[in-house]
Amino acid sequence: MSSHTNDTTNDVSSRALSNLDLETPAKPYLDSNELIINMGPQHPATHGVLRVILKLDGEKVLGTECVIGYLHRGVEKIAENRTYAMFNPYIDRMDYVAAVSNGLGYCEAVEKLLNVEAPRRAKYIRVILTELNRIASHQLWLGTHALDIGAMTPLFYTFRDREEILKIFEKYCGARLTTHAFRIGGCQYETYAGFEKEVKHFLTYVAPKIDEYEALLTTNRIWLERTKNVGMISAADAIALGVTGPVLRASGVQWDLRKAQPYAAYSEFDFEIPTGENGDTYDRYLVRMAEMRQSLRIIEQAVNRIPEGPIMAKVPKVIKPPVGEIYHSIEAPKGELGYFIVSDGSTQPYRVRVRPPSFVNLQALDRMVRGLLVADVIAVIGTIDIVLGEVDR
Amino acid sequence: MAPVATPWFFYVLAGLAVASGVAVITRRNAVHSALALIVTLLSVAGLYLMLYAPFVFAVQLFVYAGGIMLLFLFVIMLVNIERSSKERRFNRMWPAGLVAACALMALFISAFVKGRTLFPDRMILLPESSNTQQIAGLLYGEPGRIGQYTFAFEIASLLLLVAILGAVIMTKKKI
Amino acid sequence: MPSFIMSYLGSTVTPGEAGNQFWALMYVLIIFAGVSVAVMAMNWLERKALAHFQIRLGPMRVGPHGLLQPIADAIKLMLKEDIIPANADQFVFWVAPLIGLLAAFTVYTVIPFGPSQAVSDMNIGILFMLGVSSLGVLGIVVAGWASNSHYPLIGALRSGAQMVSYEVAMGLAVVSAILMTSLKTGTGTLSMIGIVQSQQQQSVWFIFKFFPLGFIAFGIFAIAMIAETNRAPFDMAEAESELTAGYHTEYSGLRWSLFMLAEYATMIAVSSIAVTLWLGGWMRPFPNLLHAPMWDFIFSLFPGLTFLCLATIAFIGTARMPAHSFFRIQRIGLAVFAALLGFLALLLLVIAVAGRSADASLAARFNEGIGYVYWFVLKVAVFMYLFIWYRATWPRYRFDQLMRIGWKVMLPISLGVLVVTAIVGVLVS
Repeated sequence: MSSHTNDTTNDVSSRALSNLDLETPAKPYLDSNELIINMGPQHPATHGVLRVILKLDGEKVLGTECVIGYLHRGVEKIAENRTYAMFNPYIDRMDYVAAVSNGLGYCEAVEKLLNVEAPRRAKYIRVILTELNRIASHQLWLGTHALDIGAMTPLFYTFRDREEILKIFEKYCGARLTTHAFRIGGCQYETYAGFEKEVKHFLTYVAPKIDEYEALLTTNRIWLERTKNVGMISAADAIALGVTGPVLRASGVQWDLRKAQPYAAYSEFDFEIPTGENGDTYDRYLVRMAEMRQSLRIIEQAVNRIPEGPIMAKVPKVIKPPVGEIYHSIEAPKGELGYFIVSDGSTQPYRVRVRPPSFVNLQALDRMVRGLLVADVIAVIGTIDIVLGEVDR
Repeated sequence: MAPVATPWFFYVLAGLAVASGVAVITRRNAVHSALALIVTLLSVAGLYLMLYAPFVFAVQLFVYAGGIMLLFLFVIMLVNIERSSKERRFNRMWPAGLVAACALMALFISAFVKGRTLFPDRMILLPESSNTQQIAGLLYGEPGRIGQYTFAFEIASLLLLVAILGAVIMTKKKI
Repeated sequence: MPSFIMSYLGSTVTPGEAGNQFWALMYVLIIFAGVSVAVMAMNWLERKALAHFQIRLGPMRVGPHGLLQPIADAIKLMLKEDIIPANADQFVFWVAPLIGLLAAFTVYTVIPFGPSQAVSDMNIGILFMLGVSSLGVLGIVVAGWASNSHYPLIGALRSGAQMVSYEVAMGLAVVSAILMTSLKTGTGTLSMIGIVQSQQQQSVWFIFKFFPLGFIAFGIFAIAMIAETNRAPFDMAEAESELTAGYHTEYSGLRWSLFMLAEYATMIAVSSIAVTLWLGGWMRPFPNLLHAPMWDFIFSLFPGLTFLCLATIAFIGTARMPAHSFFRIQRIGLAVFAALLGFLALLLLVIAVAGRSADASLAARFNEGIGYVYWFVLKVAVFMYLFIWYRATWPRYRFDQLMRIGWKVMLPISLGVLVVTAIVGVLVS
């Protein structure tokens, strides 16, 4: 029943499996209980094309190796051949679930390079849309994570409520998912007539829905048994691995870029950073649910006092930033999303390096699943909340 | 209820039991043998039913066919025994086996002939509805009295517990 | 010949008791047809109810409100290519679904739909049911092995281990219910009809007997029967998002549908056991407390009223359909269905009114028989709905948690309930 992957022809794989200590095994034979199995890349539960190679002892996981790259599209290389404004739509396709955050990070990074600042009204609009996108991303996460663990109903509830957000996006910029909402220097579109009303209506609509999701899952004994003490990662490990976002906060570290290094208009709003205690799957679930509520708070404050004014700063038609480099990061729904842009003075960037949160968080998978059972691996992959578009770019 | 077509059912069940018994020992594939053994057990259960012992019939189904044979199948499926299906069918010791089988048959025939007086002339017709109560009486006793086999029953269950403990201890890596 | 047939019509025992083979065969055919229809209805109900739980509509196109969807599924599965994996054991691959199906359908021989409405009232009825449903496990294990692929094998062995584990707790819960049958008369009974009749004599459903003991035993059985049938939340062995793919992966077309048929039939069978043992079987609510003929009459109106409600719902559905030419056939279909239900309702109401008096006329006996079957089927239908509800609501247990619950939680509780019930029973009598 044990099978060894015959991947010696593939150089990448043989390097990739080094994490599993296959080169110099402790014993000269494979223990009759140890086997190496392959999950994916096509699998209903890996959230995209992710391949995970598991080394098991019977049912327990001894080590994992993630093989990524199935969705690599060369986005960063493409950036070197596009102008700054032309590259903006490519950004949305990375984390296609939270496209608005991606755009926000990139636009702010280029604005920092250009040394311009978006006007206040644009910042408020940016905050409202980004927080709406955070809620949408967490809702999608909740639906798919619950589905992996076996609860098939929250998926439909979260997708129904997510529709309202996508309707607002569609009315604002014409697209639901890959929105391309912001421009370098501000926003291109003025808020449509009825924007504030619809956003306020959404706030009253979705708050009881979040309670509905909690009612289904938070105190459910089966959910607790599947998620408590599963996939624990300590705060020290999380910081050492570079994990950010709700995964880090669930381990007890109070670190949120919206408070630590405020950007857009976040310094003007009053909100909390939810943290967890144990760093297990259940805490990550609670942290994300609390984050949804905090986002509602931010949107409520923002939509009530959007300032008047221009929505676009004075940015030259041809964007030619001065020579230099900048690293700017924002708090995307999945963690710290950073852009490192090197400009050589021309209209096209010399190098755009994206620091995707899912890519770094995925590396914590190995630490989280050692000693767990195979069925938990799927739960942990879901709880890290990865989007392969971001991991592979 | 008056029995219906008893000889017919007897011949069918007995023939099935014998045929599947032969299949148990002649099949190459171990899972086929196990399935044939299940058929044998089911036919024997049917024979119990014909002897007006419905409780034994149900227990045979439940315990033997549904429990013990399931464990047999687990073991057969988990252990790689493809090797045995490629072995020689008749090994070199077959004369010794034939002699032993003939001796056993001679023993059975002599026991049947000499001991014919021990078997009753016709079937003792205990009412079918009291089969369960009678077994319970033998095992647990009438109200106020201990049964004939209560002690043996309890000892047997203790023995089973010891067997379970032994199996657990032998297979777990650490307790 | 006709006398052979007619002689049974006035009898108050099952055909098995009366020795009437013709009527036993008729009952078997009726049950076979009824269970097949019930399984198809259950398939439709599952898809519709699951969809409505998930705020979507479910099948709506095939037949009005998807009523013909199970038939379309059956035809599709029959027409599918029959794939047998290479190097699979042909004979065993063929026979595996049949074992499960045989076990599932044989159980119906002893299920009592009424005091004389059963194929045969074996005096070891409940034991027979438990024994035969344990044979169904063999079908699953053998199916996984016959697929010649180690993921289905692991899944099948897991399913088998899970079913065997929960059979233990199930059996003990059943024993504590049977214990209660001996409380009034001094001798208990294993026969299904006898169990319901002892509930009638003791004027209490066993679920309420020695509260909460009967309730806990019922709860143990209710949970164990979900694990027996591999339904959510205990369906790890056949879930799609797990690695082990389940015992029926390699089966396609008609063979796969046989597995589903066996699973639904087993669900209905174990629900019938639960209803018979704890919920009073065919008895209408309060048969002893509200014994007056007027109450009998009111309760005998229930079948007709149920069908009347269903017909009304179907009529409202017809009225709400868009008045567009695309929907013409669906509207006509639903209207015909509503008319059929209404006709049945009318028939049942007429029988209820005609059989009002307590004499032995044909209408009165029909009325009684219909009443028994109705209450039994209603209670089983509640369980079926619960099965679907559980599947929609709860996540699934991990396999080791599942086994831990079966052995470490359910078994001690059921043993405890058994002992305490015995003690209380001895003290009371």
